[in-house]
Amino acid sequence: MTSPQALSLRNLTKTYGGGVVALRGVDLDVATGEFFALLGPNGAGKSTIIGIVSTLVRKSGGAVSVFGHDLDREPWRAKREIGLVPQEFNFNGFESVRQIVLNQAGYYGLPRRQAAVRAERYLRELGLWSKRNAVSRTLSGGMKRRLMIARALVHEPRLLILDEPTAGVDIELRRSMWEFLRKINAEGTTIILTTHYLEEAESLCRHIAIIDEGRIIENTDVRSLLRQLSTQSFILDVSSAPAELTELSDYHPQVLDDGSLEVVLDRSQNLTDLFAALGAQGVRVDSMKNKANRLEELFVRMLDRAGAEA
Amino acid sequence: MTEIRDLETGRANDARGDAGDYMAHTLVALKTIAWKETHRYLRIWLQTLLPPAITMTLYFVIFGNLIGPRIGPMEGYTYMEFIVPGIIMMSVITNSYSNVVSSFFGAKFQKHIEEILVSPTPNYVILIGYLAGGVGRGLFTGLIVTLIATAFADVRIHNIAITISVVFLTSVLFSLGGFINGVFARKFDDIAIVPTFILTPLTYLGGVFYSISLLPDVWRGVSMANPILYMVNAFRYGFLGASDIPIGTAYLLILFFIGLLGAFSLFLLHRGVGLRQ
Repeated sequence: MTSPQALSLRNLTKTYGGGVVALRGVDLDVATGEFFALLGPNGAGKSTIIGIVSTLVRKSGGAVSVFGHDLDREPWRAKREIGLVPQEFNFNGFESVRQIVLNQAGYYGLPRRQAAVRAERYLRELGLWSKRNAVSRTLSGGMKRRLMIARALVHEPRLLILDEPTAGVDIELRRSMWEFLRKINAEGTTIILTTHYLEEAESLCRHIAIIDEGRIIENTDVRSLLRQLSTQSFILDVSSAPAELTELSDYHPQVLDDGSLEVVLDRSQNLTDLFAALGAQGVRVDSMKNKANRLEELFVRMLDRAGAEA
Repeated sequence: MTEIRDLETGRANDARGDAGDYMAHTLVALKTIAWKETHRYLRIWLQTLLPPAITMTLYFVIFGNLIGPRIGPMEGYTYMEFIVPGIIMMSVITNSYSNVVSSFFGAKFQKHIEEILVSPTPNYVILIGYLAGGVGRGLFTGLIVTLIATAFADVRIHNIAITISVVFLTSVLFSLGGFINGVFARKFDDIAIVPTFILTPLTYLGGVFYSISLLPDVWRGVSMANPILYMVNAFRYGFLGASDIPIGTAYLLILFFIGLLGAFSLFLLHRGVGLRQ
């Protein structure tokens, strides 16, 4: 017997009042245990999908099921499987950190004793235990984000949905949140996130769907997606500029300054041959990096292609 | 450690719904919302409990003590005795209404109503939870005003069952009214319009300070169309044993409006009016 998908969307449509079409028949499956990214430009429909799954947005048509439970027919069973971390802060600014988490546990039916144990565990894990009695509106932006994650996890949902979880969060905190999300995913929680940081999606997620203008235009695993990149651009930090650029013409070299060189490799070329060609001219490569995030490069190309086809 | 493990083993059960789980969940969710709402008005007692106590004390001093003796007896009772039930009822009505409308609109405004909306809490539990806050504050305020009244008049209760049932049902009814107002409100002005322009005039004209037997026939007829008149008079009957209207009619009217507004509130929650896009 196959386990049901964590999330299954079938022909999901949404037209807002005023005739704005946000979703044009979205089909999407997220496997149990997946770490899934939903990417797309602003207004593509990501937040509408999350809104419909969390029932804050009413769909115009289609079906949603969570771990096999239809959201319309079995809302009680479906909703208790979901934990939501929304984009905007949406907790009571006048309540304490601990009270907010305890209330959330109550809405999901957790008895008080069990809720207290869970609240302590997640507030500790997210570094908020020392702030448990603080009024929530006095927290910093990063703490508020972590509070929303603790709140979403207190009923230990099997599906955690995060809408731009690291927006406006500093790098150090972002990295620690990534580690935390990796950990709970490894423990079995299916995670869906939307993000504008493509580095985040590439680093965390195994599966990516790209949505544009209310349609899914790509839905595959990260490795397959990156394989679609026909060329990659690199910036090399070199000991000196190569004397004979014509020898490197296959790599489309551009000398940026004395110490750096930009090259473009297609899928038939490899870095070992490039380094050998540079070595032959006495040029040492000290370090290198992708010119742009690979996913970002692909993302922009796909959106351009989708725009041209439309 | 053992305790955590023991508690954690409970999770496998609560992830699999059956009737027992549903009932247990519903009860916990209801207690959570009801306590949250109760805690809210207790926490801000300076805004919620003290003002009606001061206002109603002024009513007793001015209308009961200073002006009342000059008015003379009303329906066979001193003026102070006559107005005590009406003033208690007035505080119950306004506090029940304003608690739910301000709390629910506040939750919408700050968006933390979404915490409940995304949870599996059924709509009727959300409604009852908010009503618990409104009824709790309404009755608490009513009790405070009753205690204050004992300093001004010899407060006796003719029929305790009628007194308690009428005040409770009236509090439920106006909590429902506040809930519906909160659902439709889009800005803070919207939560003040109904109490200011509808509720207060209807309450003042609902026989709190006078018996409708004093009115000319035409205005007596008009007054009979004011539902608050029935609630005030039924409550006064509980205290004094005297009323301008039949008690049975008052109960029927209150229950009818509770049914009507309750059904409408559930409909609004089901449709997500003002709550879901």
